[in-house]
Order: sequence, then C-alpha cells, then structure tokens
Amino acid sequence: MPEPAADCRNNRLAQLALAQDGFLGAVAQARSRYGRHRVGLFLGTSTSGLLHTELAYRQRAADTGSLPAEFDYAATQNTFSLGRFVQSQLELQGPAVVVSTACSSSAKAFGSAARMIAAGLCDAAVVGGTDSLCLTTLYGFASLELLSNAPCRPFDTERSGISIGEGAGFALLEKGQDSPAAGTLQLLGLGESNDAHHMSTPHPEGAGARAAMERALSSARLLASDIDYMNLHGTATRSNDAAEDKAVYALFGAGTPCSSTKGATGHLLGASGIAEAIVCALALREQFMPGSANTQCVDPALRVRYLLASAGRAPTRVMSNSFGFGGSNCSLVFGRVQ
Amino acid sequence: MQVFVEGVGLRGPGLNGWVASRGILAGAEPYIPDELILPPQDLLPAAERRRMGLPAKLALNIGLEALANSTHPADTLASVFASSGADGQVIHQICESLATEERDVSPTRFHNSVHNAPAGYWSIALRSRAPSTSLCCFDCSFVAGLLDACAYCAAETEPVLLLSYDLPYPEPLNAARPITGAVGAALLLAPRATSASFAQLAVQVEPNDYQPTIMQDPALEALRAGNPTARALPLLAALSGCLSVPNLVLEYLRGTAVTVAVSRC
Repeated sequence: MPEPAADCRNNRLAQLALAQDGFLGAVAQARSRYGRHRVGLFLGTSTSGLLHTELAYRQRAADTGSLPAEFDYAATQNTFSLGRFVQSQLELQGPAVVVSTACSSSAKAFGSAARMIAAGLCDAAVVGGTDSLCLTTLYGFASLELLSNAPCRPFDTERSGISIGEGAGFALLEKGQDSPAAGTLQLLGLGESNDAHHMSTPHPEGAGARAAMERALSSARLLASDIDYMNLHGTATRSNDAAEDKAVYALFGAGTPCSSTKGATGHLLGASGIAEAIVCALALREQFMPGSANTQCVDPALRVRYLLASAGRAPTRVMSNSFGFGGSNCSLVFGRVQ
Repeated sequence: MQVFVEGVGLRGPGLNGWVASRGILAGAEPYIPDELILPPQDLLPAAERRRMGLPAKLALNIGLEALANSTHPADTLASVFASSGADGQVIHQICESLATEERDVSPTRFHNSVHNAPAGYWSIALRSRAPSTSLCCFDCSFVAGLLDACAYCAAETEPVLLLSYDLPYPEPLNAARPITGAVGAALLLAPRATSASFAQLAVQVEPNDYQPTIMQDPALEALRAGNPTARALPLLAALSGCLSVPNLVLEYLRGTAVTVAVSRC
C-alpha cells in the first residue's frame, strides 16, 4: 500500500501533481508493460521537507533541547523523502534517486534517467521534481538580496530579483523506438556542466552555461540553428539574466526566439527544470512559443531575441536551460517527431 | 554494467586514506576507530577555503586521493557526488537561527546548505567545468551513486569520479538521524581498461532482497551498518586485497539489491 504523505508539505505538493492529467494511469500502464522493477524514478528537489525541521527547532524541549517526538526526519527533511514517497505512491521498484543540485535539480534528473535507460537498467523512468517554500530559502535568498519585492520581470531593464514559487511536476520517459509516431515528444539530448567560478554567483560571461548548451547540442547531434525556441533559466536577477544572455548570444546569436516563463510561474527552484521541460513539451504539442509574463521593457543591454508576447509559430526542437547554486548547469533539448 | 577501477579514496574514523587503510580492510591489520583526520590542502583560494564546510573538505580529500594515479585530466573528469545528508552542521546552524526572532541566514551558510555545495567547491578547486551531479538515496546513497556513475560510464563511454560522504549531525538532529562516524569514499571508474586500472566491476540491480555482504570486523561492521557511505566498505575490502569476489551484495532499496562481481585485472 502506498505510504501517506505524512505531514510533509513537499510531498503533499508532489501528490497533488501526480494526480493531474492522467499521470497515475500512464505510470500504471508503464508498470504493467515493463514491470515495476524496470521503471526507474529520478526526481529533483533542493530543500525537500526542510520546513518541518525548521518548525521542529522552534519546539525543542526546554530541558534537553531535543526535537518533538513526532518529527520524522526520513519522511520530511531528507532529500530522498521525495523519492521514497513518490516511489510508494506509484508502486515502483526500479532504481530510484533524488538529484539535489539547487535550481538545476529536476533538469538534471533527466540526465540520470536517460543514462540509466541507455545503460539498460530500466525501460522507462518517471522524472520530475518538487520544491516547496521553507524559511531557509526565503531568508537565504533575502540575505543575498536576490528577492524581488514585486512579481519578477525576467530580462527587463527594471528586473530586481526572483519571485520564489512552489511547484511539482512529473513526466514519464520511455526508451526510444526506431520509428516513433508523428507527434511523439522526444528528449533529444542534454548537457551538464559546472561553472568552476563561485558558489552563488554565475560566471559573468556564462562560460559554464555555454558549456552545458554546447554539450546538449552535441548530444542531440544538432546545430544551434536547429533550435526553434529556447526556454531560458531567466530568473530576473541582474546577474543571471546578464550572464545567460551572453552565453546564449555567443552560441545562438540574435536569431533564436527565447523567453523565460518565470514571470508566470515564479522561480520553482528545484522544480523549475521539470516545470520548464513541461512548458517546452506544451510548446511543441500546442505549436506556440510562450512569451514573458510581467516583462515590460527588455533590457537593451541584453542581445538575445527575447519574446515578450507568445508567438503562434510551431517549434519542432526546443532547448530549456536550468542553472543552480554551486555553479550547476543543465540544458535539455526536446523535439516533436514530424 | 562493466567498469574498471583506477583509483580509490577513503577517509573515516581510523581510516586515514586508502593506501593506509588497505591492510585494515583486508584483515591484515587491526582496525582502531579514531577521530577523522583530514590533511590540509591548498587548491582553493583562501576565501573559499575558509567558507567550505567539513563535507566539502572530506570530498576534496577523497577525490584527490582517488585521482593520485589517474591518467585522466582532472579538469575534464565528470563526477557524481552522493550523500544522505550533505552538510548537517550548517543545516543545524540555519535551523537554530531561524528559530530566533532575527532569523538571520548568512549568504555563506545559505550556499553551503545546498546538497551540491561540495560539488561546487570541487569544481572551483579543480577548475573543472565537466558534468557533475549530486544525489541522495537516504541509506542507499553510496549505492545509488555507484549505479549513477556506472550508468555514466556505460552511456557516455567516459571515466567518472564517484565521491560519497556522510557525517553525523550535531544534536538534536543526531538523535533523529544517527550516523556513525564521518566517512568519505571515492572511486575513479572508467569504461575501458587502462594502465591504471586494477580491478573490474560487474554491477547489477537484482529484484530480490539478498542478504548484504557484511564486514568481519565488528567495529567495521558497525560503521558499515551506521553510515550510508560506509556501505561501500565490503566493496573496498574486496578491492583492498585485489581479490576476485564474484558475489558481493550491497544493500539497496527495499525489495532489491545491488550485486557486484569484482575481478582483478
């Protein structure tokens, strides 16, 4: 029997997302097609259920300092709490792991999944991630002066920081077929890199970001000109957007339509990779390129072709960027079979 | 999945490096648990060195030992970082501070609190922009890291460095999540045999709860059972004696086990 979500905000959010869009049924089909041991689980989160530890520290025993008896570390704070919970909800027994590389976590989960499928350890994989608000995140970003006091405005002249969001998303990957049907969505390639620069500030020229995008193109065997739309990391901090613009411009020039969708969603942190992968999947399926909510005036110092409004052009290959603290970068390439 | 072992790094209580610990793991010398000793290193600029937490120092130490005889350039080598809890000390300090009126979280503590902080420091120290990931699988974190690293080798046909580390939390978290000792273990794995490879591993996931291989020495077995990274010890023991061990079993997720066949090369 699946475990309950305990009292874990992060896992309750995951449970909510799992129940959407017929996802549980799709996983059940994969389970019966491949066997529950052959469906892997690769998720991302940055802070898991750390909120519950923060709250437990306010209820320490006056005499011993101990945490309240009901505090359940494995079901809340531990990074794998998300993996344990989702594995139980989906009744999976394949390889399972949680990637935690700050804001690139659930993008990099695609990398672990793709390699496990390529290595033959599983035939299908649930990928995704969840991040929920906790005080560490809120006060941590505040101390770095990276929080916007209004809805965030990616790539705007007046951009002043991130809007922290919460979210969860999941996708089901299956091993590739020789001749997939028209309309099938594919993970065509991905690239990962580290900045080797600073723990919380991106490389000013976006050197690590560029390496991730180059590797993603190379793994997809594509040229920059093959990408029809790019979903930027675009957090709306001064430094991220400037560095990402330099990296994207250096590789793609000013021709490729780009946007950040964080003006609409906020920054879902460890869940932003999966959320923006799903935006890319929607763009491919519904044949549009999303614009940038809340951005009013694109910073003239930024040179990429930035979409303010959604465009009705149908992309067939798209890239999604995710970057995180510690200089952790990941770019994903998705396509739709013609 | 088949991989070749080119290097090992190890630090733990009374385990002062792979070279110094081989005799202990092979059963030829007694195991005497002691404090973790980490020799200082100067790869990082002084500011970063001051800021980095113990898990990052431990990771740097074991990673460098595993690379000692490496034929691969360190700045292009991919890495997999595995840990159940990463920096428990900094999480404790942040939670203490958040329980006060001021709720003060310093930028350094905040960036050290991310699970991938050791990977960030490693990348800066080695000037490496190579692919790197940071994983958690609770008590199975080392084993999950081993699977991820082997899959990387198999899928990318490139070498990869696996670094696993787990350290005890301070109280009160220690009572909620006890971890025995501070242990770090690193393996440099390659998809093909090279002049540096000394053992071959065949790694598989089995859909059965096999009994895990345990350590014969009671104190080493207590470490194996009490620290997620120390679940590597039976594998390291097999590597220490350069023995062929056809059926090593590492504990993995419920209902499964990871088997490793170790052969000399």
